[in-house]
Amino acid sequence: MFGISAKRIFRSGMQNFFRNGIVSLSSILVMSITLFIMTSIIILGGFLNYSLNQVRNKVDVNVYFVTGAADTDIFSLQKSLEALPEVSSVQYVSSDQALADFKSKHQNDELTLQALDELGDNPLGAVLNIKAKDPSQYAGIATFLDNTESQTLSEGGTNIIDTVNYAQNKVVIDRLSGIIKSVNIIGIWFAIIFVLVSLIVTFNTIRLTIFMAKDEISVMRLVGASNSYIKGPFIVSGLLCGIISSILILIIFAAITFVVNHYYNSYFVGFDLFQYYIANFLEIFAIIFGSGIILGCISSYLAVQKYLKG
Amino acid sequence: MIVFDKVTKVYPDGTVALEEASLTIEPKEFVSIVGHSGAGKTTLAKMLLAEEKPTSGNIFYESLDINKLRKQDIHYFRRKIGTVFQDFRLLPNKTVYENISFAMEMSGRDDEEISSDVPHVLDLVDLTNKAYNFPHELSGGEKQRVAIARAIVNQPDIIIADEPTGNLDPINTNEIIQILKKINDLGTTIILTTHNKGVIDALGKRVITMENGKIIRDDKNGRYVLYK
Repeated sequence: MFGISAKRIFRSGMQNFFRNGIVSLSSILVMSITLFIMTSIIILGGFLNYSLNQVRNKVDVNVYFVTGAADTDIFSLQKSLEALPEVSSVQYVSSDQALADFKSKHQNDELTLQALDELGDNPLGAVLNIKAKDPSQYAGIATFLDNTESQTLSEGGTNIIDTVNYAQNKVVIDRLSGIIKSVNIIGIWFAIIFVLVSLIVTFNTIRLTIFMAKDEISVMRLVGASNSYIKGPFIVSGLLCGIISSILILIIFAAITFVVNHYYNSYFVGFDLFQYYIANFLEIFAIIFGSGIILGCISSYLAVQKYLKG
Repeated sequence: MIVFDKVTKVYPDGTVALEEASLTIEPKEFVSIVGHSGAGKTTLAKMLLAEEKPTSGNIFYESLDINKLRKQDIHYFRRKIGTVFQDFRLLPNKTVYENISFAMEMSGRDDEEISSDVPHVLDLVDLTNKAYNFPHELSGGEKQRVAIARAIVNQPDIIIADEPTGNLDPINTNEIIQILKKINDLGTTIILTTHNKGVIDALGKRVITMENGKIIRDDKNGRYVLYK
């Protein structure tokens, strides 16, 4: 009995869906717009994250050592820095390497290179480049460096640290932390508002399509149809609408990301849209497909329910 | 057997649609209910279908008190009654065949029964060649015949025909009445509401006359005597 009913409900839902071509098409369009907005938000979120990370990675704190500081002292400081939970990486650049870097940076600047040669000695000290896990944590690292000054005295009693450029970077770091925070908050609110509005629009569209069928519903009731038998086909139609729109949107986005990536890649500072879409496809698929189905079914269910009271 | 026992219906706005109406309809009877618009004919029909509840009084079908039916049982009860309306009330997105098979699906018939019974009733109302047309492709008379086919396909005990000929020309009207008569001859109770004098006079069956919510006349072999 259940098998027969399920089959009939499904068949009837399919029939309604295809015979009401224009109505189904408009529901699909509206739902597609909702899903389009959702997908855009997901991808935009990915892009935002990527670019913030890019900027974040460019920020660091550099510890410049005096020339002639012993490597062992520097390494012990590097070790204690790496032990800090806020630190994500500490990169050691020896004074020779620093010189080589400097030379290659100024290879077209004869004057500077000449001046360097005049000096004879390597004027550059070793450097530790410290990256924090989060920009807001640089302050903590700087304090740590201040407090451990006693440890950084060389045997001769002079401080091996020449300068820590935290103070100069501080303004940039603070501003960046602020921007990241507010962009995240604004982004989440925008996403919530957009998704909410489009959900309401979709829900109302489906409600309208069912409103048009309200005479049909009353006929079904008169013929003696049980409530579940009346609801069933509408929910099947909603389901179909959700499935078709979500597949449509997933395909459209594959095309969009591919094309945008191909022609406008330079606007995205190295962010590979298509790659991101493909890499996160399963997650996006689950969200979009799931939302489409849930939206279609729940809207239909609630809309029909209204005409089954009494 | 259907019994209306002192049924009164007052709508929330104070309109009295039925006042202390009592009547008994025997099985296999053909009863016509006549009266002006607003006399209470449709309200009477709606109450029998459990679409409206009486303000006071009881309606029985056999030993079943219709007003005491639980909500989830109403659709089982409605399957015992076939309905035909002035505005046909067909499902616009279903073909003639599907409109009829839909009613059978509702009552849980299996596919074999459906494929043997639907052609049978289509033949009875002479619509075999329109089985795969949609309602908007049919004339008024044809639509009403589909509605009748749908009403009888589950072999209900009763058929309520509420102004079934209201939208039809005299030839189609006569056709519909002949079909209803044929169904009655096969053993189904028919309750027909109408204000078509010709129909009533041609039938020569029981006529109940209503006015302002009251039953004012009940004739065994009635004629239409409303407009004195």
